[in-house]
Amino acid sequence: MLTYAARRLVLSIPTLLFISFVIFMLLQLAPGDPMAQVPLTVPPEVKEKMRQALGLGEPPLVQYWKWLVQMFWTEPKVFIDWLTRDSFLFGWLPDTSLYNGELRVLSWQTRSPVMDIVLQRIPQTLWVVGMSYIVGVLIALPIGIYSAYRQYSVFDQAGTFVTMVGFSIPPFFTGPLLIVIFSVYLGWFPSIYDTTHVVSDWESFKYQLSQMIMPVMVLALQTTAQLSRYMRASMLDNLNQDYVRTARAKGLSEAVVVMVHVLRNSMIPVITVIALGVPAIFGGAIITENVFKVNGIGQLLITALFANDLPMVMTLTFIFAFLIVMFNLIADILYGLLDPRIRYD
Amino acid sequence: MTDSPQDDVILAEGARAAPIEALKDKGPLAPPRSKWRDVWEQFRKHKGAMMGAFFLFIITFGVLLGPYLWTLDPQALDIRNKDMRPIYTALWNSEAKVGWNHPLGSDQLGRDNLSQLIAGGRASMAVGWAAMLLSLIIGTGVGVLAGFFKKLDGPLMRLTDLFLSLPILPLLLVAVTLFRQPLRANFGPEGGMFILIVTVVGITSWMPTARIVRGDVLAIKEREFVLAARSIGTRPFQIIKRHLLPNVLSPIMVSATLGLATAIITESALSFLGVGFPSDFPTWGKMLADAVARMEDFPERVLLPGVAISLTVLGVNYLGDGLRDALDPRIRGR
Repeated sequence: MLTYAARRLVLSIPTLLFISFVIFMLLQLAPGDPMAQVPLTVPPEVKEKMRQALGLGEPPLVQYWKWLVQMFWTEPKVFIDWLTRDSFLFGWLPDTSLYNGELRVLSWQTRSPVMDIVLQRIPQTLWVVGMSYIVGVLIALPIGIYSAYRQYSVFDQAGTFVTMVGFSIPPFFTGPLLIVIFSVYLGWFPSIYDTTHVVSDWESFKYQLSQMIMPVMVLALQTTAQLSRYMRASMLDNLNQDYVRTARAKGLSEAVVVMVHVLRNSMIPVITVIALGVPAIFGGAIITENVFKVNGIGQLLITALFANDLPMVMTLTFIFAFLIVMFNLIADILYGLLDPRIRYD
Repeated sequence: MTDSPQDDVILAEGARAAPIEALKDKGPLAPPRSKWRDVWEQFRKHKGAMMGAFFLFIITFGVLLGPYLWTLDPQALDIRNKDMRPIYTALWNSEAKVGWNHPLGSDQLGRDNLSQLIAGGRASMAVGWAAMLLSLIIGTGVGVLAGFFKKLDGPLMRLTDLFLSLPILPLLLVAVTLFRQPLRANFGPEGGMFILIVTVVGITSWMPTARIVRGDVLAIKEREFVLAARSIGTRPFQIIKRHLLPNVLSPIMVSATLGLATAIITESALSFLGVGFPSDFPTWGKMLADAVARMEDFPERVLLPGVAISLTVLGVNYLGDGLRDALDPRIRGR
């Protein structure tokens, strides 16, 4: 298992390198000019110098190499410095000060390091997206279990219909729909997510809850629809197995049979599906963040795209790809760990 | 256990006791039934699938024939009749600005909502079908090649894995914003965008089809009839065409329905984010996005395209569900 994990980890490096190369070359083909917004009165030689300052003078391969160095050598140094200086966990270690003023990946919009902006935006995304994923899983599992246990019952039929609907209605429709119903007509929840809101007491906590409910529910509907179908199918596969009959024949109570024997075995594929869905929900959150004006990383990507901020787009897309590759790896390893029948070696 | 020796003995006794005529082969009682008739009968039992197919049928014909029945130009501005409400609003609000000249109302520039819906449906369905066909062709091609030729299996499946680990929606956004200008210059604003969206959606959604097809081809190519075909000297591409493709048709059809649903949703999502078709060209996603700003006053402008997208996708998904059940020989006949 360990050798398998190590091999997959090593193999993921060329995959990620290749993906980053493809994205970089795609962005190189971009027709947009970062100097397009500069006034026409600026003389061409000054423009050329500005272009050089953005690192645009070099051939694409050199630019790619520089991005790699900045991303995988300079940024980790900054991160380790931050860990040993400011972080709670490792702050007691002596200050390493590895970083001494090398050029980091700079955003063309703000001329500040891309990773700093990304780190500012990640908490908002994690709060909304992470919470919605947990809520979605918590709703989906009981629905899946019960509708498999009572297959073809009214609950099962209704559950199948609701998951089908949740599967089919896109988030850019459910989002505005919820806003119309709950913010405009009923006035229960705010329609815009206020990211500057600080939770300090009970009142502000309630406000935070009320502004999170709608985006979380929109995203959770998608998660629930997919997961409960998987859960139901997986439970159905196991419910007809011989070991279930044996367990019943031993005189175990129905609750023990379903919730212990069947559920444990049915959870194996579902857990890998949950792991695989984590990066997808980051990607899917782009639309929801846009609808509810959550300024997370999805919204950052959209604004960067429209502003032709190539380093930002490059770094964000790479982060998404990194998440996908890593969670694929985690899902495969989890599958091997949970199911003793799976042997990778 | 049916294959225990005692069972054979019992069977043999039973056969001996029976009269000899019972052993005569009277031929099949019913004429042989074609596979597709079985599939159709199983499909008909699935109510949701029938509803889905029916609804998809109606929507497809509606958007195809609609412009001939409702001949108003979707882009024509009728500024005197702007911001009209749908005709049914008159039921509860007698002061609403309604009229039979715009049965579903008109938008802030006086464009007719009904004809915009029809035109938008045409665009969404065209993009959906074209992208689905493209991804099917790529997926089936890659799957068959990888399954049939051992040498290609490794590289092609690594390629599939690689594509599966690409972040699809961010890449779609990147590709669409970056290549908008050159394609528009070459093929016109609508044509260029159509080509771009279809290509990009097709290229990023063929992987599941390829995996399923490869798995099926791997199993089928070891069967006797392929061996027989090979032994009489059939060329590989003839084997693929005559023997493999007909047998992997059912998984391809199921993934086609799923592909249609994702393609429609993706196109609408791109339009919603403002990177889709040009602003005067209506699609469902774009109508929805434009209406969100004024949905307090005119909720129907959000609801109509949103419901249209959702019902189409719901119909397609139910259709796929029923097809999967109908095409699965283990479920069929039960």
